[in-house]
Amino acid sequence: MDGWKKICRVEDIPRLGARVVRREGGDIAVFRNADDEVFALDDKCPHKGGPLSQGIVHGKHVTCPLHAWKICLGDGNAVAPDEGCTKRYAVKIKDEDVLLQI
Amino acid sequence: MKRMKLVMVGNGMAGVRTLEELLKLSPDLYDITVFGAEPHANYNRILLSPVLAGEMTIKDIMLNDLDWYQDNNIKLHLNKKVVKIDRKARKVIAEDGIEEEYDRLLLATGSNPFMLPIPGKDLRGVLSYRDIQDTDAMIEASKKYKHAVVIGGGLLGLEAANGLKLRGMNVTVVHLMDWLMERQLDKTAADMLQKSLEQKGLQFLLKTQTAEIVGKGGRVTGVKFKDGREITADLVVMAIGIRPNTALAESAGLYCNRGIVVNDTMQTYDPRIYAVGECVAHRGISYGLVAPLFEMGKVCANHLAEFGIGRYTGSVTSTKLKVTGIDLFSAGDFTPAEDREEIVLHDAVGGVYKRLVVKDNKILGGVLYGDTTDGAWYFQLLRDGQNIAEIRDHLLFGQTHLGNSGHQGQSNAAQMPDTMEVCGCNGVCKGTITKAIKEKGLFSLDEVRKHTKASSSCGSCTGLVEQILASTVGGAYQAADSNCKPMCGCTDHTHEEVRKAIKENKLLSIPQVMQFMEWHTPNGCANCRPALNYYVTCAWPKEAQDDPQSRFINERAHANIQKDGTFSVVPRMWGGVTTPDELRRIANVADKYQIPMVKVTGGQRIDLLGVKKEDLPGVWKDLDMPSGHAYGKSIRTVKTCVGSEFCRFGTQNSTQMGIDLEKMLFNMYSPHKVKLAVSGCPRNCAESGIKDVGVIGVDSGWEIYVGGNGGIKTEVAQFLCKVATHDEVMEYSAAFLQLYREEARYLDRTVHWIARVGMDYVKKQVVEDAANRKALHERLLFTLSGEKDPWKERIEKSERTREFESIALA
Repeated sequence: MDGWKKICRVEDIPRLGARVVRREGGDIAVFRNADDEVFALDDKCPHKGGPLSQGIVHGKHVTCPLHAWKICLGDGNAVAPDEGCTKRYAVKIKDEDVLLQI
Repeated sequence: MKRMKLVMVGNGMAGVRTLEELLKLSPDLYDITVFGAEPHANYNRILLSPVLAGEMTIKDIMLNDLDWYQDNNIKLHLNKKVVKIDRKARKVIAEDGIEEEYDRLLLATGSNPFMLPIPGKDLRGVLSYRDIQDTDAMIEASKKYKHAVVIGGGLLGLEAANGLKLRGMNVTVVHLMDWLMERQLDKTAADMLQKSLEQKGLQFLLKTQTAEIVGKGGRVTGVKFKDGREITADLVVMAIGIRPNTALAESAGLYCNRGIVVNDTMQTYDPRIYAVGECVAHRGISYGLVAPLFEMGKVCANHLAEFGIGRYTGSVTSTKLKVTGIDLFSAGDFTPAEDREEIVLHDAVGGVYKRLVVKDNKILGGVLYGDTTDGAWYFQLLRDGQNIAEIRDHLLFGQTHLGNSGHQGQSNAAQMPDTMEVCGCNGVCKGTITKAIKEKGLFSLDEVRKHTKASSSCGSCTGLVEQILASTVGGAYQAADSNCKPMCGCTDHTHEEVRKAIKENKLLSIPQVMQFMEWHTPNGCANCRPALNYYVTCAWPKEAQDDPQSRFINERAHANIQKDGTFSVVPRMWGGVTTPDELRRIANVADKYQIPMVKVTGGQRIDLLGVKKEDLPGVWKDLDMPSGHAYGKSIRTVKTCVGSEFCRFGTQNSTQMGIDLEKMLFNMYSPHKVKLAVSGCPRNCAESGIKDVGVIGVDSGWEIYVGGNGGIKTEVAQFLCKVATHDEVMEYSAAFLQLYREEARYLDRTVHWIARVGMDYVKKQVVEDAANRKALHERLLFTLSGEKDPWKERIEKSERTREFESIALA
């Protein structure tokens, strides 16, 4: 279990929503999509640093609440024609627990 | 997986555009091969006229260079004419014997210029006007010869004539009909055009039929007419029309009727073979303008990509003549008829002529000469079928006259310097936009928004961006038709269709709507989900399920997100009235939570800015005031003046009226934000004239105004009616707002919705039909009955506070 930390239960994250993990050095947004997959990204849009955790989740993307950039949850890349990338973190579900690698 | 093979015959604008759309959707589905009969890669045929006129070079008009084909792994056979399609073996064969097999074949063979079948048509010096080769030949001829005759006084003929004149030739235009461009212009405009072209030195022979082209030693020397006249010519250009090039398709046994016959998915009678562009006949029509061809390309690409979405249903087209110094625009049907009215502005000396043909308050067609600034706007009104009753008395003076901020003082996009800012929200200059349009090959407003961000925020510069688009890409510009535009990329359905389905089929949740209306995406996007959430909850109050995850963060958190991720909190003060106790609590909260800024808002409220999200429930609890809904697509505030209680001019108790309205409308969600104001006398201190609903007290009662807007574009509210009593103000205001709630598109302000449906319609529903008004009023009261203050709910119910809690890392 190197670096994997339990952060919450899957049910603690709303479906098509996110929770914020507070951390020194910047918050991490943990998302859950309609298929109950989880994703983790720096809670900062590559555009102007908007909190992605507060955006609307759809498919495997989140739309930033500040200027509506679309960010791919899987790899953190902005959807073209916008350009930029948000750091992603490994995250997985084990026995309904959400584990984050940091 | 083995890729399928796609072969395209024809390397012109329509075909290559289709490939571009296809590569966007499914870059890896096909191995693509392209045959082009010309030795050039894809260029913008529309801009040949500026090349002929010496205003542009061939290099300027290239759309896709050879690198583009290489970068996209497209095998390109240039200078190779395909002569046979073997449909059985599924291969095409070129003149030199090269063969390519296909799984899908795309025919984009374009059209051929029509040549008069008269003696002498094969003489040297007799040209058509279609491609780079023709253009080069004309430029060469202009260096050696003096006398040019252009047969055909249509768009292409006049552009050719103008170009040759600029190259120093004597040019005579021969035209069979009574006036020039008879299909696009009426006689008045055509006469004005002819006059200004004559001033440029062109000569015209109208109502003249060409009988023969005469020559000596194999080269043209003159043109003979039916009436016996003869003129000298050492260059003859025939520009009398185009014919879809169907030879290849016909030889392969594909059904053709003037063009290659295709269905709404651009498929020919052979399901493996598609066709787009000037070579097709769709519903009996062949198009020769580029905009419809791009629409076809989009649909065709979608089906080639096996998405199976979208139909091409035909186009309304508009025309612009590309002769520098002459502004001319025409669109739609402008022939007079008994049931049609005409609005005409004619200034013969000033050289301006505008004529719009109107039926049932809708624009059917129009001709503009001399001042075409508003061509795109009229065309938009035409395509949208918008009711123009309200604006008809100043329609001809243009959109500028209507006070659109994007147009004021800068209505001529072409003359704006590149450094001038167009989009004030995103800081985008004209140069950035034109650069993106040219380099990335953008043709629509949506594309420009995506690539440059211009007009993607507040939208007030949309008109200007459209003008820049129109002036940069010329005839290729396609104004979006907002009436049949789908809600977003997730669906083919319009807002209206979706709302109707929700109502008729009692759809109570977003997943139900998406399933019923066959959404293309599993859970929509950030545009359609909030709209759908509003539509189901509006149609089925108390029954439909509200989905917080489909609300924008502000409505989910019941506070306004700020640029640094903190929030602002605006407690409600009914009618803008507060008490010392409330003010003390606000002050205490500001101290306790170390709120960085406390500010008075434009709507007579107090704003606490910079609150951390996790502090929100605490702030609300300590404030002990209702939510001000300053964050929602909802009722915001009712602004009031002090009215007759204190003011020496007040005629009515406007403050109480405002408080009562605000209490009635508390918790009302709507397509967009809604602001009200009540003033106690016509001095109008509460600024009722720029509110969604503005009420003004007069001695004998109340006047109600609707559809005002103080924001992006200041709109003065329009008079709805005058009523006598307090209760009537409540009923009429509620009925108006409920009609707006039920019928406007999500994110339409009242002004936009009224502009679309017309004030007459609103008056009919709200003022004239008393039973309907009462029913609307009832429905709104039912919707709002029992709704709780959202702040209070989140303080009381613990499961609702999860939204505000973060997870600490152990």
